[in-house]
Amino acid sequence: MEITQQDVEKVAQLARLALTAAEKETFAKQLGQILSHVEQLNQYDTTGIEPTATVMGQVNVFREDVVRPSLPVEKALANAPERESDGFVVPKIIEER
Amino acid sequence: MSLHKLGLVELHKKFTAGEVTATEIVCAYFLRISQVEPKVKAFVTQTKDAAYRQAEELDHKLKVWRKTHRLTGMPLAVKDNICTDGVPTTCSSRMLQHFVPPYDATVVSRLRSQEYILVGKTNLDEFAMGSSTENSAFGPSRNPWNLHCVPGGSSGGSAAAVAAEECAAALGSDTGGSIRQPAAFCGVVGVKPTYGRVSRYGLIAFASSLDQIGPITRNVSDAAFLLQAIAGHDPMDSTSVDRPVPDYMKALQKRDLKNLKVGVPVEFFAEGLDSEVEQAVRAAIDELKQLGAEIKEIRLPRTDAAVAVYYVIATAEASSNLARFDGVKFGFRAKEAKDLLDLYMKSRQEGFGPEVKRRIMLGTYVLSAGYYDAYYGKAQAVRTLVCQDFDAAFKDVDLIVTPATPTPAFNLGEKSEDPLQMYLSDVFTISVNLAGLPAIALPCGFSKAGLPIGLQLIGRAFEEDTMLRAAHAYEQATQWHLKKPVIR
Repeated sequence: MEITQQDVEKVAQLARLALTAAEKETFAKQLGQILSHVEQLNQYDTTGIEPTATVMGQVNVFREDVVRPSLPVEKALANAPERESDGFVVPKIIEER
Repeated sequence: MSLHKLGLVELHKKFTAGEVTATEIVCAYFLRISQVEPKVKAFVTQTKDAAYRQAEELDHKLKVWRKTHRLTGMPLAVKDNICTDGVPTTCSSRMLQHFVPPYDATVVSRLRSQEYILVGKTNLDEFAMGSSTENSAFGPSRNPWNLHCVPGGSSGGSAAAVAAEECAAALGSDTGGSIRQPAAFCGVVGVKPTYGRVSRYGLIAFASSLDQIGPITRNVSDAAFLLQAIAGHDPMDSTSVDRPVPDYMKALQKRDLKNLKVGVPVEFFAEGLDSEVEQAVRAAIDELKQLGAEIKEIRLPRTDAAVAVYYVIATAEASSNLARFDGVKFGFRAKEAKDLLDLYMKSRQEGFGPEVKRRIMLGTYVLSAGYYDAYYGKAQAVRTLVCQDFDAAFKDVDLIVTPATPTPAFNLGEKSEDPLQMYLSDVFTISVNLAGLPAIALPCGFSKAGLPIGLQLIGRAFEEDTMLRAAHAYEQATQWHLKKPVIR
């Protein structure tokens, strides 16, 4: 299985992960090796086999929709890397015309 | 006798009998920690001041009203991916280095309501991704039996802390063997409960369909005792299962294994299994037979597929779970980002270590358009086949016995440059997570080099009681658990 640097760049963009040139090179090689190992799964015939997403078979677990105590604002903001009054600060999203 | 030498159940007995105070216990343990921790490096955070304060309060309260709970005054360690209100929970990652959870995981609130004392948070491979603790952003922990060897991982800090007697017992988490493999490497007992038996609420998610919290202890009764304290349904985790929890301590009372059928899967005794490990495990199987169990050869033909299935499913789930670390609401934020996208990309680049990035990349790849069916869909279907193998086996046997790991603990640095080799070291533990079954690792001997060897018993879903009973009978007959490391 060959993984190119372009593949790595595309996946890194999807994963919102900036990578250095060295990381791109290493990951291309290592992901190729790991995916080659994964390809052994093709020897198993899975025609008509249902996929398993979770083992205990729970489907939807419902609860009453009632108001309960939740985290107070101060506690929720306590780990914020940057805050202002009651909010999280992020770089400007809307561009100026 | 120094108090740190007592396991959880023994210490609890001594404490409830009024022979020792909580303060004496805490003193003894922090003395022990000060002696061995510089060598073992099991902890990310020690909570000494809070532990002393809590012990004093407990002792004071008990003078007035002598009522104790299951864990009153018991000094425990908690893996640092399990949230503790007000105590840093780092996942051994730069991403969460300064994160202080605003709430307790359900397991922690259960321990708290039973008056345990937290001695510290233990080291792990970053975000529980690894098999040696070498992926910790804060440096590896050491194996107390040989400081040049890894303690295993990802719950390596918890296993090392228990083996080095730095806590009476600890909690770990197990996604592909992260409790059992380090327990085997450190010569202690580790239990991965059935998926859904223990709440995952407040466990920082790695692979949600596989993760499970469990005890790491010095012996099987301690494991039963601690599992009892954390097991049971939790409305905060919709995958936790609402079924009665058996009395695990009571299950241990039966000492023979008559009427128990134990399966030995031939696939686990193949190429790659270290000869000393094989010898010790074969001897353990003979011992189970001596105790009255009927031994039967069985087949789990899809065992070979497990590692590949795991590294697709676990990384896919991880790539999704770890999307939340974006530098906005908590965790690491990169400086000087030019816009929001740049903030995400740089915060994740600088906050995550290499193994976490590798798994996010792999998981994103197998979920991406054009590859989803070929990798993720295929892995989920083969997962069904792995489950079917176990279903078929458990129609015929009550328990399955295997080696816990293919080799004893390896040296620090030995596998850290080769991720695939590191992944393959989990070959005996991974299929259990894929099938959601309970399993226990416990000591069954030592290599010539003096390193512990671990036995694994796998039970039917929700039959931890049978599994613990067999493990206990074996332990009492062999007494491997009494051998302790000399830390030097």
